[in-house]
Amino acid sequence: MVEQQAAILKPETLVEEFKKNGVTHVVTIPDSETNYLYELMLEQDWLDVVPISREGESPGTALGLAIAGKVPVVLIQNTGMMEAGDSIRGMAIDAGFPMVFIVGYRGWTRRGVIRDSAAKYTEPFLTAFGLDYYLVETNTDGDRISTAFEQARATSRPVVVLIGDEYHGFNR
Amino acid sequence: MIKADDVYRIFEPHRGKAIITASGVAGRKWPQSSNNPERDVSMGSAMGQTTSAAFGLALGLPDEKVVLFDSEGALLMNLGVLASIANKQPKNFVHFLLDNEVYATTGGQPVPNNTNIDYAGMAKAIGYASTHHFDDLEEFATQIESIMAEEGPVFVSIKIVPEIENSPVGLRDLTPARPRPQTIEELRAELGITA
Repeated sequence: MVEQQAAILKPETLVEEFKKNGVTHVVTIPDSETNYLYELMLEQDWLDVVPISREGESPGTALGLAIAGKVPVVLIQNTGMMEAGDSIRGMAIDAGFPMVFIVGYRGWTRRGVIRDSAAKYTEPFLTAFGLDYYLVETNTDGDRISTAFEQARATSRPVVVLIGDEYHGFNR
Repeated sequence: MIKADDVYRIFEPHRGKAIITASGVAGRKWPQSSNNPERDVSMGSAMGQTTSAAFGLALGLPDEKVVLFDSEGALLMNLGVLASIANKQPKNFVHFLLDNEVYATTGGQPVPNNTNIDYAGMAKAIGYASTHHFDDLEEFATQIESIMAEEGPVFVSIKIVPEIENSPVGLRDLTPARPRPQTIEELRAELGITA
């Protein structure tokens, strides 16, 4: 039980990873699974949370911030990521700036039976767009976020981190 | 009705050192009026997302004035961005909307409810700090100086004449004089941004 608790992805880990990588802005739509993370981000005086109205806004908003020399990260859910497809194409992939997307993997079953079509199409979507991605399921996977930032900086491309712990990690 | 060229001609002397980005068919005409191309930036296009990019730029550069020449077809594809902008209240952001009531780039088909939408009223209701609407060039010319001095986010809708493109897309020369990466690189150099 103790080991299980230790494994749970903590919102603090995400915030620490953001700080380590110099993130200045989080472009996001809050959802029920990220509520505590959202509150935690608002408490950080070095971090500006930029709420948007629909996920399609996130790549463009992040691009503007990146052009301005800031370090944005996009925090959305996989459903919204798919909605944002053309924005990801035009404002992220084609733009030539490093950009990390933290994407809640709704419906992730750790390779079990998938009952949620949001999960069914998430990885095929990323593959179709030619986007590299990493999976974070537990707290010990947290440093994969830094790996994503390093890769984004090295390639000047978007890199995605899928958060496969939606039912535990972002809530107390 | 007003021509986009006339809007730009009247605006340019009041630009100061503002960073300009533009979208839509009318937006492609802005470079011909600009006297400071190093501060003109192309953000690319993706179904109305130039507006979001201009918003992000304004947030990232709070000490610079950022001006967007938007189009109504683009804004309708990304209308929620008005709430996102109003929420953050960027004081340095001036949002012009050149409303020609049609999709000029696809042959001039009307945008939904094209003659009835009060965009400035919408921006006011959603929380922009200041909003204006013009369908008279002289009135616009009279007020532009004070508008540019206002604290943002400022929204200015202007009814313009549609300049419709009817030739097949494959036959159009859509190559910009300065491609997006060049405009971004030159703007960042101008502002001394290396990150």
